[in-house]
Amino acid sequence: MRKSLLCLVCVHLCLSVACKRETRQFTAPPATNESYSVTMSEIHPGTTAPPPLQNAAGEQAYDVNTGKQLFMQYNCVGCHFNGGGGIGPPLMDAQWIYGSNPENIYSTIVEGRPNGMPSFRAKIPDSQVWQLVAYVRSLSGQLRKDVAPTRSDDMNAHRSEQRTKRETPKQSTPGEIH
Amino acid sequence: MRSLVLKVGSKEISLCNLGVLCVSLVGFAKKSFTTETQRTPRLHREERADDLCGKALMKQSGSTNRIRLVLVAFGAALFLCSCSREGIQNSINPAGPNAANLDRLWWLMFWVCTAVYVLTMIAIFIAIRNGTRRRDLNPVLDPSPETERRKRNAVVSAVVVTTAILFFFLIYSYSTGRALTADLAHKNGLSIEVTGHQWWWEVRYNDVDASNMFTTANEIHIPVGVPVLFTLRGGDVIHSFWVPNLAGKKDLIPGKISTMWLQADKPGVYRGQCAEYCGLQHARMAFWIVAEPQDQFNAWRQNAVQAAVPPSTDSQRYGQQVFLSAPCVMCHAISGTPAGSNFGPNLTHIGSRNTIAAATLSNTREHLTRWIVDSQQFKPGNKMPANNLGQKELDALVDYLQSLK
Repeated sequence: MRKSLLCLVCVHLCLSVACKRETRQFTAPPATNESYSVTMSEIHPGTTAPPPLQNAAGEQAYDVNTGKQLFMQYNCVGCHFNGGGGIGPPLMDAQWIYGSNPENIYSTIVEGRPNGMPSFRAKIPDSQVWQLVAYVRSLSGQLRKDVAPTRSDDMNAHRSEQRTKRETPKQSTPGEIH
Repeated sequence: MRSLVLKVGSKEISLCNLGVLCVSLVGFAKKSFTTETQRTPRLHREERADDLCGKALMKQSGSTNRIRLVLVAFGAALFLCSCSREGIQNSINPAGPNAANLDRLWWLMFWVCTAVYVLTMIAIFIAIRNGTRRRDLNPVLDPSPETERRKRNAVVSAVVVTTAILFFFLIYSYSTGRALTADLAHKNGLSIEVTGHQWWWEVRYNDVDASNMFTTANEIHIPVGVPVLFTLRGGDVIHSFWVPNLAGKKDLIPGKISTMWLQADKPGVYRGQCAEYCGLQHARMAFWIVAEPQDQFNAWRQNAVQAAVPPSTDSQRYGQQVFLSAPCVMCHAISGTPAGSNFGPNLTHIGSRNTIAAATLSNTREHLTRWIVDSQQFKPGNKMPANNLGQKELDALVDYLQSLK
C-alpha cells in the first residue's frame, strides 16, 4: 500500500516536472530584416514556395492570444471576418491560395496579395506578424494540441480556435468553386 | 497635523519613513533592554543578593522602562506627523465638495474611534489595577446586589452608547454616499467619458455639438468650480477611477456604463490612479487632472478640439512621413492626418501633455525617444511593440511628435 502510494507520488512529480512552461518574452527579438524600408508597390504576386524566414515567435498560447487581439485591432476582421471570410477569403477552411506554412502566411501579410490584400510591410513589427500568423493558423486547427486555448473577451458561440477540427491544407486558386 | 516633509534633493522623504525607522529602532532597543534586565536578576539570584541590591535592580529596570516608553512615544509621534495633509494624491487633502464630504466622514470616524479606544484602554487599565491590588476575592465572587446593579448599569450603558455610535456612523456614511451621487441629472456641467485600457486612460470630451467633441488620453483638464460628469467604461478588464483629492473610487466595468461627478474648487494638478488590480502594469496606470480657471480651460479646449498642427520644418515633415509609414499608424490617431486608429492613445496634441505612458514618464525628448524604441523597458507587458527605426527616422519622428502642441 505504502509502496504504491510512493510510486503514485513519484509519477505525479515526474509528470509535473515534465510540463513545459511557456515563457513569455517581453522584449521583442531583434529584427531579422530591415523593418523600416520603403514599400515599392502595394501588392505583390507572391509565390507558394516558403521564403527563407525564421519564425521569431513560437506558436505559444501567448502569441495566439495576442494575435487574436491584433486580428481585431488591425482590422483583419474587416475583410476576413472571424475566419469565415467575406470580402477576403475564409481562413478557417482547408483551402489555401498562397500556402499554409507559417512562412507563407507571413509573406502574405507582409507583401500583400492581388485582389485586395494590402501590404503591411513596415507597418506591423515582425514579432506581431508572427503572432498574427499563429492565430491565423489556429483558425483551421494547425497548431500543436498542447497550445492552451485562447480566451475571448466576449461570449463565444463556438469553441476556442485551437480546439477546432484540424483541416488538411489543400492548394486552391482564387475564385475556385469547391 | 501639518505635514513635516524633508526635502532632500528632488526626492521628498516623508517623515513616515522616519517614523517607521524609529518604531523599528524602538523594537530593537526594547529587545536589547529586556535581555539585559533579564540577565541581571538571574546573576543576582545566583549570588543571593540582599534586599538593597534587589531594590537597586528594580530602580534600574524602572528607568529602562521609562526610556523605552519615551522612545515609543517619540516614534508614535513621528509616525502620526507623517500623516501629511498636502500632496496631489491624498484623500485627506480635499480639493472639491465630494472629497470634502468623504474627508469629513473620515475625520469624524477617526476621532470618535480614537476616543472610544482611549476610554476602553483606561477602563481596562483601571480594572487591571484594581484587580491586582485586591487581596480579598469574596466581593468579586459574591457581589452585593448594590455592586451587581452598578456593574449591570455600566455594561448596559456601554452597549447602548456603542450601538448609538454605530447607528450614527451608519446614517452619516449613508447620507455621505447619497451626497456623492446626488443631483446627477441636474448638474449641467461638463461631460467627460473615460475608458480604461490596459494600461492607460482614454478620455473623450462629449458635447451636444459633435464638432466640439475630441479624444485625448491620460490628462484630463477641467474648469474650477464646475461639476464634471464622468461616464466610465471598461475597455478590456475592470479598472477603477480614483482621484483621491477630488472624489472616491468608481469601477470601470466592461459592458457597463457607470457615472460619477466631481468638482475641483482649487486650481491645481491632481494625480489619479487605477484602484483595481488590472494586470502587470496596474501600478503604472495613472493620470492627471488639471483643474484650471474657466478662461484657461476654454483656451485649452479650443486648442484640443483643433486638428493637429501641420509639420513646419523639413525634419517634422519627414517625421510625419515616418509616422504614417511605420507601425505607429496602426494603433495611434492624429487628427488631420490619415492616421485614425483608436487602439492606442490619441496623439493629436501629444506635445502639449505633461506626461507619457499614463503618467509614468515626464514628456521629455529623451523619454519619448526611448519609449518609442523599446517601451517594454519602462512598462513590461504593455501593448506597444519595440520599433526598429533608424536614428534619422527616430529623430524626425520625435521632432514631429513634440511639435504637436
